[in-house]
Amino acid sequence: MSVFDLAQQVRTKQRRAIDVANDTLAAIDARDNEINAFLHLDAETIRSQAERIDATVDAGGDPGRLAGVPVAIKDNLCQRGVPTTCASKILEGWKPPYDATVITKLTQAGAILVGKTNLDEFAMGSSTENSAFGATKNPIDPSRVPGGSSGGSAAAVGADYLPLSLGSDTGGSIRQPAAFCGVVGLKPTYGTVSRYGLIAFASSLDQVGPFARSVDDAGILFEVIAGHDPMDSTSLNAPAPDVMTTINDGVAGLRVGIVPELIDGTSDEVRDRVVAAQEALVAQGATLVELSAPELRLGLAAYYLIAPAEASSNLARYDGVRYGNRVDAPDVAAMMTATRTAGFGDEVKRRIMLGTYALSAGYYDAYYGQAQKVRTLIIETFARLYAQCDVLLGATTPTTAFEFGAKTADPMAMYYSDIFTIPSNLAGHPAMSVPFGVDGDGLPIGVQLLGPALSEPTLFRAAKILESEAGR
Amino acid sequence: MSEARPLDASDVTKVASLARLSLSDAEVERFTGQLARILESAAEIAELDLGDVSPTAHPLALANVLREDDVRASLDRDEVLSQAPSVNDRRFSVPKIVGEAP
Amino acid sequence: MSALPDGWTMVVGLEVHTELRTDTKLFCGCANNFGDEPNTNICPVCLGLPGALPVLNQRAVEYAIRIGLALNCVVQNSSFHRKNYFYPDMPKDFQISQYDVPINGPGYLDLPDGVRVGIERAHLEEDTGKTTHLGGTGRIHGSDESLVDYNRSGVPLVEIVSCPDIRSAAQARAYAAELRSILIASGASDGRMEEGSMRVDANVSVRRGDDQPFGTRCEIKNLNSLRSVQRAVEYEALRQIALLEDGGTVTQETRHWDEDAGKTHTLRTKEEAYDYRYFPEPDLVPVEPTSEFIDTVRSELGPMPAERRATLVSLLGEPTDAQLDQLLSVVEQGLDSFVVAAVAAGVNAPLALTRTSNELAASGDVVATVDAQAVAATLLMEQAGELSATQSKAVLQEVIVNGGGDPKAIAKAKGFEQMADGALDTILDEVIAAHPDEWSRFCDGDDKLQGFFTGKIMAATKGQADGKAVAAGLRTRRSA
Ligand SMILES: [Mg+2]
Ligand SMILES: [Zn+2]
Repeated sequence: MSVFDLAQQVRTKQRRAIDVANDTLAAIDARDNEINAFLHLDAETIRSQAERIDATVDAGGDPGRLAGVPVAIKDNLCQRGVPTTCASKILEGWKPPYDATVITKLTQAGAILVGKTNLDEFAMGSSTENSAFGATKNPIDPSRVPGGSSGGSAAAVGADYLPLSLGSDTGGSIRQPAAFCGVVGLKPTYGTVSRYGLIAFASSLDQVGPFARSVDDAGILFEVIAGHDPMDSTSLNAPAPDVMTTINDGVAGLRVGIVPELIDGTSDEVRDRVVAAQEALVAQGATLVELSAPELRLGLAAYYLIAPAEASSNLARYDGVRYGNRVDAPDVAAMMTATRTAGFGDEVKRRIMLGTYALSAGYYDAYYGQAQKVRTLIIETFARLYAQCDVLLGATTPTTAFEFGAKTADPMAMYYSDIFTIPSNLAGHPAMSVPFGVDGDGLPIGVQLLGPALSEPTLFRAAKILESEAGR
Repeated sequence: MSEARPLDASDVTKVASLARLSLSDAEVERFTGQLARILESAAEIAELDLGDVSPTAHPLALANVLREDDVRASLDRDEVLSQAPSVNDRRFSVPKIVGEAP
Repeated sequence: MSALPDGWTMVVGLEVHTELRTDTKLFCGCANNFGDEPNTNICPVCLGLPGALPVLNQRAVEYAIRIGLALNCVVQNSSFHRKNYFYPDMPKDFQISQYDVPINGPGYLDLPDGVRVGIERAHLEEDTGKTTHLGGTGRIHGSDESLVDYNRSGVPLVEIVSCPDIRSAAQARAYAAELRSILIASGASDGRMEEGSMRVDANVSVRRGDDQPFGTRCEIKNLNSLRSVQRAVEYEALRQIALLEDGGTVTQETRHWDEDAGKTHTLRTKEEAYDYRYFPEPDLVPVEPTSEFIDTVRSELGPMPAERRATLVSLLGEPTDAQLDQLLSVVEQGLDSFVVAAVAAGVNAPLALTRTSNELAASGDVVATVDAQAVAATLLMEQAGELSATQSKAVLQEVIVNGGGDPKAIAKAKGFEQMADGALDTILDEVIAAHPDEWSRFCDGDDKLQGFFTGKIMAATKGQADGKAVAAGLRTRRSA
């Protein structure tokens, strides 16, 4: 059932929110011991939210657009009084005294906030194996990773516990797990969704976005969470985007750009599905434009300087003074060092050190400064491409979901998982992963739609066509 | 601007101390190898001639985002202090501080 | 002037941090209040909670520009950087500050004696929290636990960096004093050094001869009064000279001024510059004030101290040296508006200046709280002889305490009735008649009896008689 229909049923008492809540809890209970999508879940709070929604309906009120719709929350979003860990030992037990703006918006829309989902520690990773509280398993094949860093949120929707979840995407952390788990994932235009209350990984790249079972569901959740927020200086001062009005308008006349840089290096099966997706769009009236953009290949290296540099500064505050865990030591500097050494996992330490190095005296120009210039090149490259096409179509990931441990020994191999997703983050552009078939092992394959800033309505139109053609 | 000299163990020890992390000798060795590999792949951009390209710090060109000078409610002190590792006399307590701020 | 040994000169640059008088902090809506209960003005932003984001206070920008314009600076497009270092009073373990493009570029400040000191920059940044040290002496050294209050964390600061143009300790003091007056006059800051809202660091080096290159400099911290600025700079220059004359060398270091001991001592040596890893603050966007906005701020700036001193000089005509000292300090304390208002109301300028520099200056922070018209009305009564000097001061005290009021009513309540015409003459004659022996000795030249008669007359008039009129009455009767 679509989110639209579910909310409609709750609103008209055909279905009670409390029943939705109980069904969701039962689905999670049946399988999450194995999948481990949730880090925190409290049945009582879930039920009491549902009862409040039902009471609003009984009183003749309208709980909102997501009335009674269960939504899972990536555990790097602050929710007042609810444990928020970023899957890190350093924050274990911390209860934020405030709500992220997206949490407030979900509550106002009548959603049931189901719990906090697993992730790579501080969103650093592509497999959710970097969680301090154990990896999440891919619901399609539990011997494989769900992708990352928003692996818990992707798995929760992929396992059909609930129709919607929130993730965050810094270099592909929504789109890559969406592809691996066979769900829809959107990284919105930078500045469309408030970052207030999203625990920062790399501030100039981070963006909150939806996971959903369907393109329509993703569109509704996106509209609910988007819009200007005065608490976020990088929030666009524009009206909340409208994707639902035009979502069924089709792709007739749409110019779809194809660049080798967003396809080359994939497995054959992934490549075949990208080609099939091109054909599906053409069958519905789109035209293909063959282009090339070698500069996009520089994105990965630039990203692995910029993101760690910002992270090294963003993660300095975990020092054992104001919140989170502390390891005692005789003086404050030793206490901070002991706390951070015990509290952070290897991947977080690796990126903090890499970022510290990239910003340090003598290396700034060669690394961070140069990466910022590459960022300019990538923005200019996209501008050139979008002068000739409306959207780009490519692969979301080089491969389908890989097995646990396959890439943990070699950080560079893991980083390569994000080769196709990173350029959109560097440019601040929206991009979307849409499930489009499976490989020979039955593992989902996602194709990626990219567009210029604020092109979400176009991406959703194209995604809707792909969704309807995927089954053919 | 420096040459992209290969990173060595002393660099790793130095950045670890700047970042308030302590590493065992084995960790220094392991991280040195891993970070050197990552920086090797970064060398492709370190070596580009981008003299006339301006850097991008923000993906979107915004300016002058300002708020009014209006007071908002503060957080509840007890709620905040309840989350602190150590509290004394309504303040956050830390072990002795050696040296002034740099 | 400086008492440095022959041939030596000092080179001084000052870095002044001043808190802005905004209602809220630089990046959040928490109240910017000094002295509140610890940790009551805190929110996710100024506490550096995970997920919190800064949003720039418009008034802080306006105040920073006011300061820049008052210091003849270039007001320019600017952005924020992060200055990274770990310290428990800094919630994010980085400070949001301005780095390569400050909001105010080069400018200058003219000292009252005409010497021009260059301003390198005046940039916006956030303050840290406040740390209290327990155990030991209460200072950081020797303590075993420290407590942090984040009320001050995120309070807006402007850091004003002078060029190394200052050449004596007295000049360093004069610079700090003039800057303080300018900050107060701009309305951007209250300049209260004792509350830490204006904090001065001095970079001091010495050299033999003006053509020699600058020597190694030391940075002196903890200068929390104008007097400390002068004393510390003098001490430090002499210390460096003594060291060099003994064949030693000055090491670049940060030193602490101990006001009680009158000495500086090493805080830490700068073996190598700390690596702050500055980079653009990704959570904030650039500040690009329009020229219209800058013009509006400029048009709203009141007159600066130099212009206000000139106004007082012109009111006085040809001021004496003592009056020059008085007007300097009146302007420095921002009290000149009382003089101007009193003169406009008809009070003569010397009286207005004297009462302002004594009675008003002694009463602390009166600029915002005391009605200048009530002060002027009091002085007019004194000038007209309706109040004696003593009575006038008593009425002024009442006006100051109450922030204003009707001086006539205050005088009446105190029983300071104006004496009827001729009343003093009658009392004079009665007192003389009652003490014939004393009077004849006084007339024979025993001047000590002047006080005897003045006291009797004051007692008889309950202090209402004017001292000068009493003296004049005694003089005419004695010579008659
Ligand atoms: Mg400073
Ligand atoms: Zn605050």
